[in-house]
Amino acid sequence: MKNHILYTLQLADNALIYGHRLGEWCGHGPVLEQDIALTNISLDYIGQSRSFYQHAANLFNELPEAEKLELFQSVALEEKIKKAEKLDEDDFAYLRDGWDYRNIMLTEQPNGDWAVTVARAFFFDVFQALYYTQLLKSKDLQLAAIAEKSLKEVSYHKRWSAEWVIRLGDGTEESHAKMQEAIDNLWSFTGEMFTMTAEEKAMADTGIAMDTTLLRSKWMEEVTAIMDEATLKMPENNWMHDGGKNGRHSEHLGYILAELQFMQRAYPGMEW
Amino acid sequence: MSEQKANKNEWPLWEVFIRSKAGLDHKHVGSLHAIDEQMAIENARDVYTRRMEGVSIWVVESKHIHASDPHKAADMFEPANDKIYRHPTFYDLPDELTHM
Repeated sequence: MKNHILYTLQLADNALIYGHRLGEWCGHGPVLEQDIALTNISLDYIGQSRSFYQHAANLFNELPEAEKLELFQSVALEEKIKKAEKLDEDDFAYLRDGWDYRNIMLTEQPNGDWAVTVARAFFFDVFQALYYTQLLKSKDLQLAAIAEKSLKEVSYHKRWSAEWVIRLGDGTEESHAKMQEAIDNLWSFTGEMFTMTAEEKAMADTGIAMDTTLLRSKWMEEVTAIMDEATLKMPENNWMHDGGKNGRHSEHLGYILAELQFMQRAYPGMEW
Repeated sequence: MSEQKANKNEWPLWEVFIRSKAGLDHKHVGSLHAIDEQMAIENARDVYTRRMEGVSIWVVESKHIHASDPHKAADMFEPANDKIYRHPTFYDLPDELTHM
């Protein structure tokens, strides 16, 4: 059950942190139409994270009291658990510290310029579409249902980001250079999508999680096809970052959480 | 920056038409900027169908629309004002016809 919760949170955290990052574009998009497109995508992801968090909260609340304190090292969350209060989606989002967040580091990387946002979106969207397709087969029917709903959204996201990769890559000299640079810089964050944590492996053995290592070749195939069309070169470096899924993050996550959690930390339980 | 130069940097303008459900006609809903027709359709999806407004989108670049001259509206349209016989309201209908 504990693995189940941590695995569900991993899915939720990817969606929340990435959705939050895209939300930072709100009001800053290069043109009104793309500003709206990005915030639409952002809201899709935040919606997905809510579904996963709600599911995680339901699983968590069924744990025996003694086990509830073994899962997290976040003081604010532990205090709430000690009061024997039930947790909900917001508690996971607002009361966990960075080391309890399990998103891959790609999702927390800064927006940068338009090419960076597009490259990050492209890598992540292609992966999400493949992953949710697998998750349809999960023995956890709730996860399968969330995957089904999310897959339609992600298929559109993928179209959006692939389209922009091609547009910029096969565009002007300047846009091509920027797109290639963004791809190269973010490349080392893509490996983490295909590694598995101990919890994830245990869940894959029970048929609840999916074996993400099997998705790598299909992902490479799809990414390569789009990159070819965009006249971009596949990066050659094979060294990859690792650790986000185990709570070891880049320096950026702390800043995201500071902004995301400030109100609930300063005014606990506040509603608006 | 001259006005012409500013316009040159702007993406072309497109008019957007949405069909709200199968069988109905496409209705003009507004306009937007996009580089080409594919982006125009995708932008229209994001800008105009967020609340399930439609099942089909048409876009046409605004420069391809030719409009009647508003200054000639009087000549164009007012002559129809007093010709009520152009409405088919002077026929006696059989009682069996209910959907007219």
